[in-house]
Amino acid sequence: MRLIIMDNAEKVSEWAAKYVVKRIKHFNPGPDRYFVLGLPTGGTPLGMYKYLIKYYKAGDISFKYVKTFNMDEYVGIPRDHVESYHYYMMTNFFTHVDIDPNNAHILDGNAVDLQAECMHYEQLIEKAGGIHLFIGGIGPDGHIAFNEPGSSLVSKTRVKTLARETLEANARFFDNDIDKVPKRALTVGVGTVMKAETVMILITGSHKAFALHKAIEEGVNHMWTVSAFQQHPKTIILCDEDATLELKVKTVKYFKALGAVHEKLIEDNSDS
Amino acid sequence: MNIVTKYFNCNILKDGKILTQDLWVVDGRIANPEIIFYDKKKIPDVEIDCLGSLITPGFIDLQINGAFGVDFTYHKGDGLDIVKKGLLQYGVTGFCPTIILPKFKRCNGNEQGAAILGAHVEGPFISKLKHGAHSIFNIKTLENSNITDTYGSLNNIAIVTLAPELNGSMETIKLLSNQGIVVSLGHTSSDMETSIQAVKNGATFITHLFNAMLSFHHRDPGLIGLIACPPSVEKPLFFGIIADGTHTHPTALKIAHKINSEGLVLVTDALSAIGLPDGIHYLGDKQIEVKNSKAYIANTNTLCGSVTPLDECMRYFLNATNCSVAEAIETITLHPAKVLGIQQFKGTLNYGADADFVFLGNKLNVQSTWINGQCVFKHSSGAGYIEKKNNLNIS
Repeated sequence: MRLIIMDNAEKVSEWAAKYVVKRIKHFNPGPDRYFVLGLPTGGTPLGMYKYLIKYYKAGDISFKYVKTFNMDEYVGIPRDHVESYHYYMMTNFFTHVDIDPNNAHILDGNAVDLQAECMHYEQLIEKAGGIHLFIGGIGPDGHIAFNEPGSSLVSKTRVKTLARETLEANARFFDNDIDKVPKRALTVGVGTVMKAETVMILITGSHKAFALHKAIEEGVNHMWTVSAFQQHPKTIILCDEDATLELKVKTVKYFKALGAVHEKLIEDNSDS
Repeated sequence: MNIVTKYFNCNILKDGKILTQDLWVVDGRIANPEIIFYDKKKIPDVEIDCLGSLITPGFIDLQINGAFGVDFTYHKGDGLDIVKKGLLQYGVTGFCPTIILPKFKRCNGNEQGAAILGAHVEGPFISKLKHGAHSIFNIKTLENSNITDTYGSLNNIAIVTLAPELNGSMETIKLLSNQGIVVSLGHTSSDMETSIQAVKNGATFITHLFNAMLSFHHRDPGLIGLIACPPSVEKPLFFGIIADGTHTHPTALKIAHKINSEGLVLVTDALSAIGLPDGIHYLGDKQIEVKNSKAYIANTNTLCGSVTPLDECMRYFLNATNCSVAEAIETITLHPAKVLGIQQFKGTLNYGADADFVFLGNKLNVQSTWINGQCVFKHSSGAGYIEKKNNLNIS
């Protein structure tokens, strides 16, 4: 595992976007060779999408031969609802770059057969040749995608019922009315993300500091699902200073000393 | 699905707010990108870099008597085409030619010019005491003449201005409004009570507030009083107002805006001299002189009507009332569209609306005007956009 500590959230966004660009370019995708990205939603990755759009507009990167798979989607809210992840991705990323809509995949939370939709999604990922780079964020309770505490660490894409706590936290996005918050979501499993070649997890803010501590300084535990990535061969945890507040000084110093090595990961002519 | 055009790097006026958002157009209509992306799975065929312009719905003028030397009432032949084309430079994409008889047909806008949204027939059923510029000999009473004999077919009429105090006016108001024609109260000495009755019978508009009506009086606020207490909640009342800096004092604009900003519609009430260069012009049998964007009866200091374009009225109104840019623009877009009941297609950038819009620069100056997604006017100092075609092949 690599832990990359940036000064602030802005730098995290910039580094993440540079890494994505680097990986795509290095892969050198083409009509018969697509780069496959796993993508998150939420507040943390928003800045990364802004940088990616900026690099696209500057001509540094194209998404023409990129396939994307989003992590999750609510069940039963209209696709054009401002809180739906379809809406988020369209507004914040897809329509600003040159990605082919046929290559942008998001779980359909309005599918008639949700189970079948989840199985189909797994097949789509497999058919695409697996995910090269899966990017995720985490919740303060250490969940990745909608894999809330207690989720199986080998889970696949499936329907999840959301915890009461999550509903309460989300009510602010739904007119402060808990009854309007979707009760279920479709989500990729921890196992689905584990299968990706590289996993990059973005963690910013002091409210996520304890989750980061649980994720990397203690053992693998299904109550902190993100800790599962300790067993992934290629995980990058990208955080800001605020998120390190609960870490041991030793941990922080160890990884900060590797700063020069980390910078190489986003340099143009290096191997990733 | 045909050509998909994406306008980016722009601010758009939507839902009463100015939003940094892209605008998508397909087949001459504003489209929902969500459907284009997820259902149609199309990427834009054409991308327009709007260079930071503000995109607003096309402007609508509900009261204009002529322009560029063409007086609608007297002119025959191709004069109308000159006006339709000329108005594009002011951002106007639709208007109601204001005349005595509805001789012009409704028509859609295109590269040849702005749409005719139906005639605004001002008179002849108006008050002899408040005839304004209308010849007193043309005024008729409803007792001696009926609507059909006077107007012929009602098909091409959008708005009728009449005075509600005339005998038989209430029946006429009912008859017209039942046929979907907007009844506007104006050129009238009506008191408040009669005005309220007129609204209850179907009138929904007031013709150039403050002008050609009784002045405000605290014991009988008259027609003006209605803007403070519209008689019906379901059917909002709108009022036209001339914000040319001459016909209505800035304070009067401020008062109207403070009392009822939702019902306020700017109209030019422009004369045929609008758009003419400074100098002496002959309009019908009158000789007029245009000096510093004002029209005078030649060799006098008597003003003879408004010659201020709608976009300039909007900027004047904004300065006079200190309202928001969004509010100022809605007085010439959404509000007039609501008067005509066409707000689903005009005066808005909502999905499904006609792609009629205006690119404004940072001084709210008109850079370019668009109808059905086609650029129909470009200002010589810059149209406010750069077009780029995509050659991406998608499966």
